[in-house]
Amino acid sequence: MKRNTVVTTVIIASYLVFLAVSWATGYGPGNEIGRNSGDFALEMLKILPGAFILIGLFEVWVKRETVERHLGAQSGLRGYLWAVLLAGTTVGGAYVAFPVAYSLYRKGARLSVIFSYIGASAVCRVPMTVFEASFLGFKFSLVRLLVSLPLVILTSALLERYLTRRGYRPEELAED
Amino acid sequence: MYYLYALAGAALLVSLVASRERTLRALRISYQRFRTILPAFLLMLVLVSVALYLIPGGVISDYLGGSNVYVGVVFAAMVGSITLMPGFIAFPLAGILRESGVAYMVLSAFTTTLMMVGVLTSPVEKKYFGWRVTVLRNLLSLLTALVVALVTGIVFGELIP
Repeated sequence: MKRNTVVTTVIIASYLVFLAVSWATGYGPGNEIGRNSGDFALEMLKILPGAFILIGLFEVWVKRETVERHLGAQSGLRGYLWAVLLAGTTVGGAYVAFPVAYSLYRKGARLSVIFSYIGASAVCRVPMTVFEASFLGFKFSLVRLLVSLPLVILTSALLERYLTRRGYRPEELAED
Repeated sequence: MYYLYALAGAALLVSLVASRERTLRALRISYQRFRTILPAFLLMLVLVSVALYLIPGGVISDYLGGSNVYVGVVFAAMVGSITLMPGFIAFPLAGILRESGVAYMVLSAFTTTLMMVGVLTSPVEKKYFGWRVTVLRNLLSLLTALVVALVTGIVFGELIP
């Protein structure tokens, strides 16, 4: 096992032991942490299977050329438009956007487009924005969208330029 | 969420009709991808559950409601960056804070960093894109959120104390 794997395993194992001991001894904070993680795990479990099924289908069916044409180096403004539209319909949050972005990148999407996608999926998911507006007002949400989206695209483009100059490559995940 | 499963189900069905073999391959990839990232997800789960315990909603309201909006913004950005909360908790909380008089600018800093800056999701992000991208992207997101808060303050006339 790699060192990182060992560290992760140790952290998760001691966490589980901590939860079990808290449960057995009735240690309040431990039980509350356990409930928190139960709630959040349920939230993730509801979304992740659907998201990963779509990722698998995408990997098998969508042609590389299609992704390259619409989201690749030559896609121009259209690539960002796609990124924002796709982000608007993403459910969950960043933890869903990362695996999707990674898949898109491996199929030929350019870095600035996937960073825009990640950023946009944080700020402009449609159901979330509607929900936000109902609590904080339409004007509040509008200001946030109008200011954050251009900045997301701008900073993504800057980040791509910086990384390309440094010869950046994302992690290679072991699979297949 | 329902439309996610409607979409995934429909896509799966169409795929099955088109090619059984490719569909099986797709599901194998789904599983592989999920298994590869699972440890990072679990790590995130540990961090989130501990953070929610250490920084409960009550503490957030206590600090965001302070008299100085600038201090409020900085604090809101800090809390928003290091916590992760589903929208159905965060926005009602923000709504309550608004009613108790917290400035829009502070709420904006809070909700925007909450959504854009993910210290707790960094194990997952790092696994896909590496530490350098994770740190840089989150710093840029933090800056973006601060600009959003500033503009919100101008629009709502809160910048002049």
